[in-house]
Amino acid sequence: MNGETPISIRHLSVFYGANAALKDVSLDIPARKITAIIGPSGCGKSTLLRSMNRLLDTVEGVRVEGEVLVDGEDIYGPRVEVTRVRKKMGLLSQKPQVLPMSIYENVAYGPRLHGLRDRAELDRTVENHLKVAGLWEEVRDRLHEPASELSVGQQQRLCLARGLAVEPEIILGDEPTSALDPQSSQNVERRLMELKKDYTVVTVTHILRQARRIADHIAFLYLGELVEHGPAAEVFANPRDPRTRAYLTGEIS
Amino acid sequence: MTRNGLDGTLRRRKRTEAVFKVLMIASTTLVIGSLLLILGAVVWKSLPALKLSMITRTPQGGFYLGKEGGILNAIAGSLYLGLGATALAFLLSLPLALYLNVYKQPGSRTALWTRFFLDVLWGVPSIVYGAFGFLVMLFFGLRASPLAGILTVALLEFPIMSRAVDEVMRLVPRDLRDASDSLGATRFETAARVVVRQCVPGILTAVLMAFGRGVGDAASVLFTAGFTDRVPTSLLDPAATLPLAIFYQLGSPLPEVQQRAYASAAVLTLIILLLSGAGRLIGRRYRRNVVK
Amino acid sequence: MKRLAKDALARRGMSALAALPGLLVLIIVLGLFLKSRAILAVQPLSRLVFGTSWHPLRGEFGLLPFISGTVWVTVTALALAVPISILTAIYLSEFAPRSVRESARPVVDVLAGLPSVVFGVWGVIVVVPFVGRVLAPLFGASSSGYSVLAAGIVLAIMIFPTVIHISLEVFASIPLSLREASLSLGATRWETARHVVLRKGSQGILAASVLGFSRAFGETMAVLMVAGNVPAVPKSLFDPGYPLPALIANNYGEMMSVPRYDSALMLAALVLLAVVLFFNVLARRILVRAERRSR
Repeated sequence: MNGETPISIRHLSVFYGANAALKDVSLDIPARKITAIIGPSGCGKSTLLRSMNRLLDTVEGVRVEGEVLVDGEDIYGPRVEVTRVRKKMGLLSQKPQVLPMSIYENVAYGPRLHGLRDRAELDRTVENHLKVAGLWEEVRDRLHEPASELSVGQQQRLCLARGLAVEPEIILGDEPTSALDPQSSQNVERRLMELKKDYTVVTVTHILRQARRIADHIAFLYLGELVEHGPAAEVFANPRDPRTRAYLTGEIS
Repeated sequence: MTRNGLDGTLRRRKRTEAVFKVLMIASTTLVIGSLLLILGAVVWKSLPALKLSMITRTPQGGFYLGKEGGILNAIAGSLYLGLGATALAFLLSLPLALYLNVYKQPGSRTALWTRFFLDVLWGVPSIVYGAFGFLVMLFFGLRASPLAGILTVALLEFPIMSRAVDEVMRLVPRDLRDASDSLGATRFETAARVVVRQCVPGILTAVLMAFGRGVGDAASVLFTAGFTDRVPTSLLDPAATLPLAIFYQLGSPLPEVQQRAYASAAVLTLIILLLSGAGRLIGRRYRRNVVK
Repeated sequence: MKRLAKDALARRGMSALAALPGLLVLIIVLGLFLKSRAILAVQPLSRLVFGTSWHPLRGEFGLLPFISGTVWVTVTALALAVPISILTAIYLSEFAPRSVRESARPVVDVLAGLPSVVFGVWGVIVVVPFVGRVLAPLFGASSSGYSVLAAGIVLAIMIFPTVIHISLEVFASIPLSLREASLSLGATRWETARHVVLRKGSQGILAASVLGFSRAFGETMAVLMVAGNVPAVPKSLFDPGYPLPALIANNYGEMMSVPRYDSALMLAALVLLAVVLFFNVLARRILVRAERRSR
């Protein structure tokens, strides 16, 4: 078990039918840092993210080649229990998807499924994670109201709390602030920066400025290929590949 | 939480999923199986009586006692009635759907209320249409006849066809209708040409579907069309229909006649399958030509 | 000039058409009501609706046996059809590979198009003997097979397509990302289907069930052929029943010869219409409200 590279991607290729969405991607995700996957739209960023928690399984006609090692084990191996893999990762989607239940039940959903029944413990874990997500003060008096009544920014933080409640090791973000107003975006970015002390964060973003703000590590995807990756400071200051330079200067988007 | 505890919970959850998977597959099999069972049983029981004469001859003397003849009277009657009713319903449905989709804004009061009442009509059971048709017959002094039957079945088909055509037309993007407007054509011409041409396959499917519904319905013609052993020759004398032919033959105590009922049911089913199959084929073939 | 005149004429004609549906509803209700007045003048509505004695020759027109017969048959049909339909719809929507889903669709469509006489014939061939010779002895009852249960089974199959079709549409309108959210938390596909898809789609399923109910309530030929048609209140599933539509259909021959018989039957038709319309409108409103909320 390699604590320093929680996710290690080796020669990953993903095909939707005959189309190759990802071509031979190899990438190590460093522990307890924010890795930002950047690149123009449609170049495979979401596919790469979704290959890490096997959400690609839900797409029909998809073929995956290569390995994705999480804590040393290939999650696409023959006898892997998918729900265990997914429990290790929390997903924050672009558009906040609150479950059709109360605020409390949203956060308690994961822990309950995985066996936590004691009411007092559930209460405690709900409160803890809402606090970490920065939402507790705003909802403590209306925990049993439908989650759909929250504002978009609050919903996204709820999704964060919900994802953290299953105690993952890794947080995956799929453009987590694109649908939010500037204030809420800032809020979520701040949370992610705090969370990296305890979690590994991988986030897809098409906002270069956001990547500059929060990323420790950068992976640049272009047309399904991993063109360049490395520490953020290096990639932004001295991009090695001309395509990276073109993207960073805004020539290709 | 120990590793064992985690495994135990996981095992329970997987078992629950497996149980429900079995239930779900069983349900789906039940649904698909029931169709196969229905078609199979009807065809199987009808085999002894399936002769060409069934569809080419009318009932001869003693038909209902097991002797010679066929159900040509009913087939002809059903087609005659069905064509008339469908044509009448079409004459009303197409302009109405055009009106709702081109003249009026989607949210207008008139459109909303009209659609509401169409929905209401759509839900009326066919026996109520039959009873009402009977009342109208009495009121106008008509006898049980294709005329009364056509009016009643048209009443049944009208909301079905209108709704289906309306739904097809709703899919035509607004800008396609505006494109014609800008050329200075009057609104009426816009409607007639652009929208209808776009919707031809959908309209055809709707017509075929309504036709099938009308042909297969017994309750609406029970009171209004009457029954006879002859092929219909006029609008005003009673005419036979397939569903009623099936019903009456089934009521006979003689097994030969009951078998004929099954055969008639097979014939009716075949007609309906052909109609809906044609509808679906047309829809699929021409959908490529429709501008998205 | 001619163009404008054509346009105006067409517009006037079409406005008249738009009024047609509303007008038709009004005429039908009015017509049935007017014909029912003859018997309403002689007997109070409550005695007609709640009376259990149906002896037209003696002037007794209690409709309760038929109303309860219809309720028995319809509730049985729903109890059978709704769980099976929901399980099937969930399977097709959430679990089945595309090939299965695509081939199930035409089956459901064909089932929807089969005329009720064919269902009735099949009911007589298969269901009635099954109930009479297999099920009834199993439960210690004796029955000819022509029963509420037989009608319920046949009707259930008839409303499968309604409930399945609407449920499938409701499930399809739920975004994939909502399911992904549940799966990413480590839920199994069944847990996702149960806690997320079913919950989110519950209003739509309710509406589908209500529509199925009203479809079953108004169904005539199939129940006529298998329900037994004995004018008494059914006491068990194996008793024969006599649903309202069957009553109207069966007695059209005699109704002109007995005084006020036709009026009673038209009243029955009116009652039937009222119930069916009520549930139809209810279902539409639930669906509209559910759709609005999901946007």
